[in-house]
Amino acid sequence: MNRKLIISPSPHVKGTDSVPSIMYGVVFSLLPALGIAIYFFGISALIVTLTAIGACVIFEFLIQKYLIKGKVTIFNGSAIITGLLLAFNVPSSIPIWMIIVGSLVAIGIGKMSFGGLGANPFNPALVGRVFMLISFPVNMTSFPANRFAQIDGFSGATPLSIAKGALKSGEPMSDIFDKVGNSLNHFVGNMEGSLGEISALFILLGGLYMLYRGIITWHIPVSIFLTVFIFAGSMHLINPEQYMPAMFHILTGGLFLGAIYMATDMVTSPMSTKAMLIYGVGIGALTMIIRTWGAYPEGISFAILIMNAFVPLMNRYIKPKRFGEEVKNG
Amino acid sequence: MLKTFKVGGIHPPENKLSAGAVVETLPLPEMVIIPVSQHIGAPAQIMVQKGDAVKVGTIIAKQTGFVSANIHSSVSGIVQKIEETFDTSGYRRKAIVINVDGDQWEDSIDQTTTLKTDIELSTSEIIQRISELGIVGLGGATFPTHVKLSIPSGKTAEILIINAVECEPYLTADHRLMLESPDEIMVGTTILMNALGVKKAVIGIEKNKPDAIAKLTETAKKYQGISVVPLKVKYPQGAEKQLIKAIFDREIPSGKLPIEVGAVVQNVGTAFAVYEAIQKNKPLIERIVTVTGKSVSKPSNFKVRIGTPVQKLIDHIGGLPKDTAKVVNGGPMMGKALRDLNVPVTKGTSGILILNKKLASRKEYVTCIRCGRCVTVCPMGLEPFLLMTHGELQMWGDAEKNHVMDCIECGSCSFTCPAHRPLLDYIRHGKSNVGKIMRNRK
Ligand code: SF4
Ligand code: SF4
Repeated sequence: MNRKLIISPSPHVKGTDSVPSIMYGVVFSLLPALGIAIYFFGISALIVTLTAIGACVIFEFLIQKYLIKGKVTIFNGSAIITGLLLAFNVPSSIPIWMIIVGSLVAIGIGKMSFGGLGANPFNPALVGRVFMLISFPVNMTSFPANRFAQIDGFSGATPLSIAKGALKSGEPMSDIFDKVGNSLNHFVGNMEGSLGEISALFILLGGLYMLYRGIITWHIPVSIFLTVFIFAGSMHLINPEQYMPAMFHILTGGLFLGAIYMATDMVTSPMSTKAMLIYGVGIGALTMIIRTWGAYPEGISFAILIMNAFVPLMNRYIKPKRFGEEVKNG
Repeated sequence: MLKTFKVGGIHPPENKLSAGAVVETLPLPEMVIIPVSQHIGAPAQIMVQKGDAVKVGTIIAKQTGFVSANIHSSVSGIVQKIEETFDTSGYRRKAIVINVDGDQWEDSIDQTTTLKTDIELSTSEIIQRISELGIVGLGGATFPTHVKLSIPSGKTAEILIINAVECEPYLTADHRLMLESPDEIMVGTTILMNALGVKKAVIGIEKNKPDAIAKLTETAKKYQGISVVPLKVKYPQGAEKQLIKAIFDREIPSGKLPIEVGAVVQNVGTAFAVYEAIQKNKPLIERIVTVTGKSVSKPSNFKVRIGTPVQKLIDHIGGLPKDTAKVVNGGPMMGKALRDLNVPVTKGTSGILILNKKLASRKEYVTCIRCGRCVTVCPMGLEPFLLMTHGELQMWGDAEKNHVMDCIECGSCSFTCPAHRPLLDYIRHGKSNVGKIMRNRK
C-alpha cells in the first residue's frame, strides 16, 4: 500500500453552491425583469443595462489589478449584479456617460473602497444610484413614456410623484386615481419608472426563483411588504382623501425591486432571522415616512441605505436563538 | 407533519448505495489488531501476554475506572505481540495483535441464533453484564453503555430513545440490522428499558427508510411500551440533542447530558449488542460495517470481527477503486480520514467510505460573503462565520462568549458555506483552545 491518501478533517462532502453559482443565480433571476423593461422601454433599456454591467466589471477589474494589485475576482458574478441592479434603478433615458460615472461610484466607492465583496456595508448599486440622484437630479427623475402609455398627459413622472404632487395641491382622490393608472397596470409594469423597477410581476417571479434556490429567505421582503401595507393602509383608513391606498404603495415605485433585490443583498443585510425581520420593518417604515413626508416621492433607496448602516450593530447584538438557551422543559 | 428538530439542519445527498445489500459475514482474517482504547474514557488494562492462547470471547483487557470498557478477543489464536499502532481515529494506541487459529469460542457464549425473549436478569445484573461484556455505543461515539444506564442520583429517566436515524449519508449498517434482526432489537430495547426502569421506548427512524419503519412498527406490536416514530429526513438528526428535541421536544441545556431532561439515548446497534450480551452472553466482538463509495463496484455491509484490518474489507470488495483519493472511517459528515489501511475495525467503526478525487478535494476558499447560511444551518444556533474569525485571530475569549463549546462538530456549516470556508476546522481549533483555558481555570 503506497498510495497516498488525502487526510483532512470532516466534513468530507460539500454542498453544491458556490459564490459564483449564487451570483449567477441572481443574474438569471433578473432576466425576466430585464425582458419586460426592454418590452416597455425599447432597446435603450438594454443598452443602459449592458453599459452598466460592462462598466462595473471593467472598473472592478482595473481597481483590483492596478490599484489594489490583488486577486481579480470579476468572474464571481457580483460585479455583474451591481451593474444590473444599478441600471434597474435609473430611467432608461439616462445618458450613457452618467451610468458609467454611476458604475464607477458603485464599484469604486460602494464596494472596493471597503475591501470588496463581503466587506462593504452599503449596497453598492444603491450607493451608485443615490450618488446619481444627487448629482444628476433632472436626468434621474425624468422618465420616458413607455411605449404603451395611453393615459393623457401621463409621461415624465412616476405614479408616486404624480400622486405626491396632486395630493399636495389638494386634487380630489378620484382625479388622482385616473392619472396614476390602475393596480393591474402597476402590477405588470405598465407605468413610468426606473427601467427595472416597473414590473412587480416579473420581479416577483425572479424573487420566487431565488427563494426556491435558497438564495434569499422570505423574512426581509415579507417584513417590508407587511410594514408598508400596514403603514399605508392605516394612513389611508384614517384619511382616504389625503393618503394613497396600501396597494398603490406596494405596487408602484421601487418597492418590489427594493424589497426583493436591493434589501436582500447578502453582504449588507443581517445574518439572523430575527434581525432580518427588524431590518425589514425598518426599511418599510422609513420608506413610508420618506414617501409621505420627505422631499422625494420615493424613499426605498434611502431607507435601505439607512438600515444598511445598522446591520453591523444588529449582527452584534441580535443573536440567533441558541439550542438549549431558554429551557422550557415540561 | 413528521417530527424533526427545529433549528438548522441540512440535506446532504443521501447516497445510501448499500441499502439493499444483505449483511455478509466477512471471512476470518489471519490476524487481528485490537486496540485497548476503543471507547470514550480510560484505556483498558491489558490482561494477556505474548504467546497466550485466547478464544473468541476471552477477556484480554480490563476496564480501568467507571468510564471505561472491557475488551474481548474477537478470534481464537495466539497473542503475537502487544504494540503501539495507529487506530482509525489517527491516534497511536496500545493494541493486542492476535494470530488467528481456528474459530474456538468460549463455552459460556450461546452461539445459536434462536430468538430468546425471556429476560431473566434483574436491573443491576443487566448493567453488570453489559459492563462485563464490553458493550459501548455503536453509533460512533463509543460511550460505555453501562455508564449511560447508571442514572445519577437525583435524576430519573422517563424515556428511552433508540437512535435508528442513521443520518450520515452512505451508511447503512443500522438500516440492514433493522431489516434483518428486528426481534433482537426489540428484546434488546426491552432489556434497556428494564435496566433504566422506564415504561416507554421510542425508536426514531428517518422517513427515507420506509422498509425499516414498516418492519419495526410491525415487530413492535409484540412488545410492551415500544413505539416507532418516523422522522423527517434532516441531518444531523442522529445527534443526541437533536434527536431528543425531535422526539421528546425537550432541549438539553448547554453543557448538560440527556438525563437532565429525563431521556436516555441508545443506538439501535447497541440495542442489538445488548440483546446478544444479555440473552446469549456474547461480548462485543463483532459489528456491522458498511463499505461503500461512488466508485465501489459492489457497496456492501459486512459483519466483521473487531480488530480486522480495514485492508481486509477493501480486499473483499475487490481492492481500492483506481480513482480513490480518500478513505474515511465513518460517514462523510463526521467520519475521520484514514492515514493508511492497516488500521483495524473497532467498536465504533460504522462504515468505510471510499471517496474519489473529485469528492475528496477541497475547493479554495474565498472571503465570507455574509450570506448567513452557516448561521441558518447550525443546529446549535451558533454563528460559525464569527467563530471562524475568532479562530483565525485567536480570540479565545470571544469564542467562548459566543459558545464555541456548544458546537457538536456536525459539519453542517462547512458543508453549506458557498465561499467554501473551512469553518469547522477553525471552530475545532477554537474548541480545543477554549477547552484548555477552561480546564486551567478550574
Ligand atoms: S459544526 Fe458546529 S458550528 Fe458548524 S453547524 Fe455544526 S454545530 Fe454549528
Ligand atoms: S456560509 Fe460562508 S459565506 Fe456565508 S456567512 Fe457563513 S462563512 Fe460567510
